[in-house]
Amino acid sequence: MATFKFELVSPERLVLSADVEQVDLPGTEGDFGVLAGHSPVLSTLKTGMITVKSGAGTDKIYVRGGFADVGINGLTVLAEKAINAADLKPEVVASEIKLAEDDVAAAKTPEAKDKAVAALEVVKAVLSAA
Amino acid sequence: MASLKELKNRIASVKATQKITKAMQMVAAAKLRRAQEAAEAARPYAKRMNAVITNLATGFVGRDDAPLLLKGNGKDQVHLLVVCTAERGLCGGFNSQISRLAREHANALLAAGKDVKILTVGKKGADALRREHGGRIIDRIELRSVKQIGFDIAVGIQSKIMAMFAAGEFDVCTLFYSEFKSVIQQVPTAKQIVPVKVSGQAAAPAAVYDYEPEEAEILETLLPRSIATQLFSALLENAAGEMGAKMAAMDNATRNAGDMINKLSITYNRNRQAQITKELIEIISGAEAL
Repeated sequence: MATFKFELVSPERLVLSADVEQVDLPGTEGDFGVLAGHSPVLSTLKTGMITVKSGAGTDKIYVRGGFADVGINGLTVLAEKAINAADLKPEVVASEIKLAEDDVAAAKTPEAKDKAVAALEVVKAVLSAA
Repeated sequence: MASLKELKNRIASVKATQKITKAMQMVAAAKLRRAQEAAEAARPYAKRMNAVITNLATGFVGRDDAPLLLKGNGKDQVHLLVVCTAERGLCGGFNSQISRLAREHANALLAAGKDVKILTVGKKGADALRREHGGRIIDRIELRSVKQIGFDIAVGIQSKIMAMFAAGEFDVCTLFYSEFKSVIQQVPTAKQIVPVKVSGQAAAPAAVYDYEPEEAEILETLLPRSIATQLFSALLENAAGEMGAKMAAMDNATRNAGDMINKLSITYNRNRQAQITKELIEIISGAEAL
């Protein structure tokens, strides 16, 4: 299968740089998958799991707050936080849920509140599935 | 003339100081390596963030519907200076260079009839600016207990700044930090972060991008993040610069202590020999007198 270059970058470091076959991303306006030769897209991401498929197998990576840049040279994901699903420890999960709960508490408008509650649900679901 | 005993004590004390400065230099060298690695590891994110912001924002420059963070609130009256310095001293002119730049900037603004507010990050900056601008320091953030600078710290500072901007407490925000050029060279730098300045030319789009959600909305979410990224890289460059400056300062101190020990040892030996000679002369002349 055709591969393309995938880079996952967090503020602290370059988390992953590899040639992969497919990446599924949790876009703000819906999940989408990227294959080689995808048309250029710039999309923000919501908190969730990135699924990376390559010849070596499938990896899942938890990301919070980021955006994806699909260019002709490949896919770059900038995430505020990126944790390999295998490294998700209970205390990390707890702190991530806490963050989402804080967002709910901080939301001022009902609209923002709905969004934050929905995000909290997603975070809980994603993390419990991992 | 100091007695032999005094000289000996003096040499011992300088030697003890030299040991300490030597140890501090080595600690700084080890920390510098780690800080440099951290700064380098953060570069790809900052670079890409900057590239995307530049690409997105150039389309909005001068437009009325541009996000507030990009076009500013149209005023230029109240300036917020965010001064990032180190938590500790003993690093040569590192802290004073940054605070001097900030002070000059503040004085120039005041002379032009603007209002100045100061937010200090790091204890040394607050100490240096307190005398002249104490009343203008609205808040100070101390990072003393922080071992490794994480992105969440930058986000914390950024949300503080954003809240103030949203409340209309300032119009323009400038960041002061030290750019890490090399181990021996740090350049104090002023950088405007609010309104966001679009630097450089947008790369000619190689392909037409689809935006999800709309461009304006993406820009709206990305601008605060880009500010946090700028703060983060400033903090990392500062950390590396501080260690570099400390290493150089401590290296100097160690060398000076070495010079001092040499000089004192020579004086000590001369005095000792003079005393021996004197005693010999006394004995010989005493024997001759018989």
